[in-house]
Amino acid sequence: MTDTTSATLADPIEGGHGAKAHHGLSDKGYIRIAFILAGITAVEVAWSYLPMWDGATGMKALFSTGVLLVMMGFKFFVVASNFMHLKFDDKILTRVFYAGLFLAVGVYLAALTTFQIWGSNTPGYR
Amino acid sequence: MTSTGISNEKLAMWVFLGSECLLFGGLISTFLLYKDRTAGGPKLHELYDIGFTSISSFVLLMSSLTMVLAVSAVQRGDQRTLRAWLAVTAILGGVFISGQVYEFTKFVSEGLGFTTSPASSAFYTLTGFHGAHVTIGIVMLVSTLVLSLRGRITQEKAEVVEIVGLYWHFVDVVWIVVFTIVYLIK
Repeated sequence: MTDTTSATLADPIEGGHGAKAHHGLSDKGYIRIAFILAGITAVEVAWSYLPMWDGATGMKALFSTGVLLVMMGFKFFVVASNFMHLKFDDKILTRVFYAGLFLAVGVYLAALTTFQIWGSNTPGYR
Repeated sequence: MTSTGISNEKLAMWVFLGSECLLFGGLISTFLLYKDRTAGGPKLHELYDIGFTSISSFVLLMSSLTMVLAVSAVQRGDQRTLRAWLAVTAILGGVFISGQVYEFTKFVSEGLGFTTSPASSAFYTLTGFHGAHVTIGIVMLVSTLVLSLRGRITQEKAEVVEIVGLYWHFVDVVWIVVFTIVYLIK
């Protein structure tokens, strides 16, 4: 177990591949990660409440949304890697899961584009 | 056991979770498409209580922590700690669902029924499907707790708890996405 938070997020600790009895982080490592995730959630909520985003359009709205999406993606990745043990398990599991995820994202981005959801023009289905 | 050294059950759960991404992707896309079609009914962002939903999100996030601590305990062969964390995880899941029921009740009383508008239908379908997944997760947790109390979950069978944990964490990561896209992005 390492001391710094960044190392906690980066390093496989006890066990690793094939360690049947125990693989993953120590309990302290998991608690540390949970508090980091809670902190990011608090930042997300505070960010969405900032008065500077009220009625924001164009690049300003895009930036506000983009930052929220980055924080969301980071939380998703940290939970999948550490709590779901993808970082410590066989890589085929990572491929299976992310294949489904990226397929879903690709398919639905294409579908939303077909429905003209992006941009400022009135979309066909609104 | 598969030729990769991964058990069939664990691989099957991961394939299932990968396919669940498509289900929730469809529901989230539908919500994005219809969220502004209020048909004269109330707008979703006027009804949201972000403070309340943030606390619900925190509760679900912490349930992921207690779940992973349960997995860690069974891998050490610590049965008492396993049961405690499983129970706490199920309770936290119950608190989340109670919050969702409260939120739905409040929205309905303020005029946002399931058929009020395309936006409300998309909202209730997405968050309702997620709530159904949490409820199934609670049933799985309670079943695992009962099996443990009967001495059926030994250290050698720790993977049973790990697989239940995978499902629970997936429910959490889906909420991470739903919370940002549905509630926070205006």
